[in-house]
Amino acid sequence: MTAVTFDAPPARVRAQRPAQVRLLRNSLVLAKRNLIKLTRTPEQFIDVTLQPIIFLLLFYYVFGGALGGALGHGGDRHTYLEFLLPGLLGQTLAMSSISIGQNMNADIEKGVFDRFRALPIGRAVPLIGAVVADFFRYFSVCVITIGFGYILGFRIQTNALALLAAIGLAVCFALAFAWVSLWIGMKMRTPGAVQGVMMLIVMPLTFGSNAFINTSTMPGWLQAFVNVNPISHVVGAARGLLLGGPVAANVGWTFAWIAGLLVVFFPLALRAYARRA
Amino acid sequence: MTDLAIEATGLTKSFGETKALAGVDLAARTGTVLGVLGPNGAGKTTAVRILATLLRADSGTARVNGFDVRTQPGKVRESIGLTGQFASVDEDLTGTQNLVMIGQLLELTKREAKARAAELLDWFNLTEAAGKVAKTYSGGMRRRLDLAASLVGRPAVIFLDEPTTGLDPAKREDMWDVVRRLTSDGSTVLLTTQYLEEADALADEIIVFDHGRVIANDTPSGLKHKIGGQRLKVRAMDLAREEDLRDILAKFAGRSPDSDGRGALTIPVDSDAVLPDVLARLSEAGIAVEEFSLHLPSLDEVFFTLTGTRSFDDVTRESEVAA
Repeated sequence: MTAVTFDAPPARVRAQRPAQVRLLRNSLVLAKRNLIKLTRTPEQFIDVTLQPIIFLLLFYYVFGGALGGALGHGGDRHTYLEFLLPGLLGQTLAMSSISIGQNMNADIEKGVFDRFRALPIGRAVPLIGAVVADFFRYFSVCVITIGFGYILGFRIQTNALALLAAIGLAVCFALAFAWVSLWIGMKMRTPGAVQGVMMLIVMPLTFGSNAFINTSTMPGWLQAFVNVNPISHVVGAARGLLLGGPVAANVGWTFAWIAGLLVVFFPLALRAYARRA
Repeated sequence: MTDLAIEATGLTKSFGETKALAGVDLAARTGTVLGVLGPNGAGKTTAVRILATLLRADSGTARVNGFDVRTQPGKVRESIGLTGQFASVDEDLTGTQNLVMIGQLLELTKREAKARAAELLDWFNLTEAAGKVAKTYSGGMRRRLDLAASLVGRPAVIFLDEPTTGLDPAKREDMWDVVRRLTSDGSTVLLTTQYLEEADALADEIIVFDHGRVIANDTPSGLKHKIGGQRLKVRAMDLAREEDLRDILAKFAGRSPDSDGRGALTIPVDSDAVLPDVLARLSEAGIAVEEFSLHLPSLDEVFFTLTGTRSFDDVTRESEVAA
C-alpha cells in the first residue's frame, strides 16, 4: 500500500463554474450512470423494442382490416397502417415513460441516493440525470416503430427534415411527460404501484385520443376531451409531419403542453424527491 | 476558527410517536475520532443523518467544519464524507466507475477523477477488483469501496456509520487500520458502533447513546474506569469446584462474581497486574482452569453498569430503520 496524499489541497476549492454549468455537467455524469445501469439489465429495453413491434403487428393484422374500412374511401389494412403508425408512436412513447418512475422508485431506496444527497450537487441532479438517460429509450421507440412500420409497408410522404422534426417533437414530449412518471414514482410506495397508477393515466390518455381511430364517431363529451388531450396533439403533429398536411396548430399545442407539463411536474417531482429522505 | 470540527447542542428528532433523539449534545475536536456507542435504535444513525444534512432536526443546532447544518448545508456537504449502513455505492457500477462518478460530481476533471479513483483503489487494496461490478464484491470489499467513495473529495470530516457491523473479526481489524490512518492528516472522524471494543480501539472520546440521549461522555480510559475496566472470566475444569472458585474471585473483586449459569464466573479487574495473583491463588487451592480470559465489557454490560437496566432490547428496530 502506498501512502495516500490526504494533504493535497482539497479538490473542491477549484474555481467554481457557474451553477447552471455545474448542474448540466453533474446531470450528464448521472445520466451516464443510468445508461450503464440500463445496459446491465437489457430486459429494460423490452418496452422500447419489442413492445412497439408487437403493438404494430396486433393493430395491423387484428384491427387493420376493419378499421381501414372505417376510415372511408375503400380503405384497407394498408390505409390503416398509415393512420396508425403516428398514433402508435404517441402511445408507445407514453407507455415507455412509465419505467422511469418505476426505476427511480426502486433505485431511491438504495444507499447510493443518500450519498448523492450528501454531495454538494444540485438537488435536481439525480432526477435530471435519469430523464437525460431516458432520451435514448424514447429515441429507440421512434426508430423501431418507424423502422418496423417500413417493413410492413409504411412510407413517409414528406421528407427527411420533417421526419427528424416528428421524432424530435415526439421525444421532447416524452421527456416532459417523464416528469409525471417521476412524480408518481416519488409519491408511491412500491414500483408496482407506480406502474398501476401510470397505467391508469396512460391508457385513457392514449385510447381517448385520435391515435387509433377517426374521432367523428365518438360522443361529443369524449371529442371535447380528445381535442385537449396532449396525445392527440403529438399524434396529430407527427401525422402531419410524416404524411403531409397542416401541422402548425398541433405543433403549437404540443409545445404548450410540453411547457405546461414541465412547469407543473418538474417542481412537484423535485419536492416529492426532497421529502422522500 | 474553532477547533471543534463537529459541534451539536440539544438535537431532537421525532418520527411520529418515536422519539429518536431527545436532546443530544456532542462535540469532536479537529483531527480526532469521536466514537458514538449504542445499541440499535439508540439514535446513532439519526444523529449522523442530521449532521450530514440528510435530515433536519426538530430543534437544536449543529455545526460541522464550522458550518451550520441548517443554514449552510451546501458548505457542510463540501466538507464531509459519508459511509455506512445507508450511504453506499452503486451496485451496478464497477469500483472504478463508482469512484470516477463521485469525483466528477465533485468537479474533478475526468482525468483527475480517474487518477483519484486509481489512488484510492490502490490504497484500499481493490485494484484487482476495480473493473468488477460492486454487486460481486465480498462484504469486506464493499465496505472498503464505500469508505473509498467517501474519501474522493478529501473531506475534512468523515462520518462512518457502523463501518464494521457484519464483518468477520479479521476484516474488522483491517478496517480499524484504515480508520486510524484517516486522522493522521488532520481529518476528523465520527464513528458509530455497537462494540465497546471498537470504540476503545479507535476513538479519542466516546459518547454513549441510549434511547436518544447521551448517557456517558468520556475518554476510553475514563469510560472503562467508570464501568470497571476489564473483565476476568474464569471457568474451573472441575465444575464441582465452582463454589471454591467463587470464593476466591469474590475476594479479589470485593463482590460476588457474575455467573453465566454454565460454570463461568466473571469479575471486574482494574488492571492485568492482578492476574498473576489470581492464578497463584487458584493453583494454591488446586483449582485447574479450563478458561481464563480477559476482555472488555460487552455493550450489554456497559449499559447495565451505566443505566442499571438491560432492557434496551425493548427499543424496536423501527426507529433505526425509519431513520
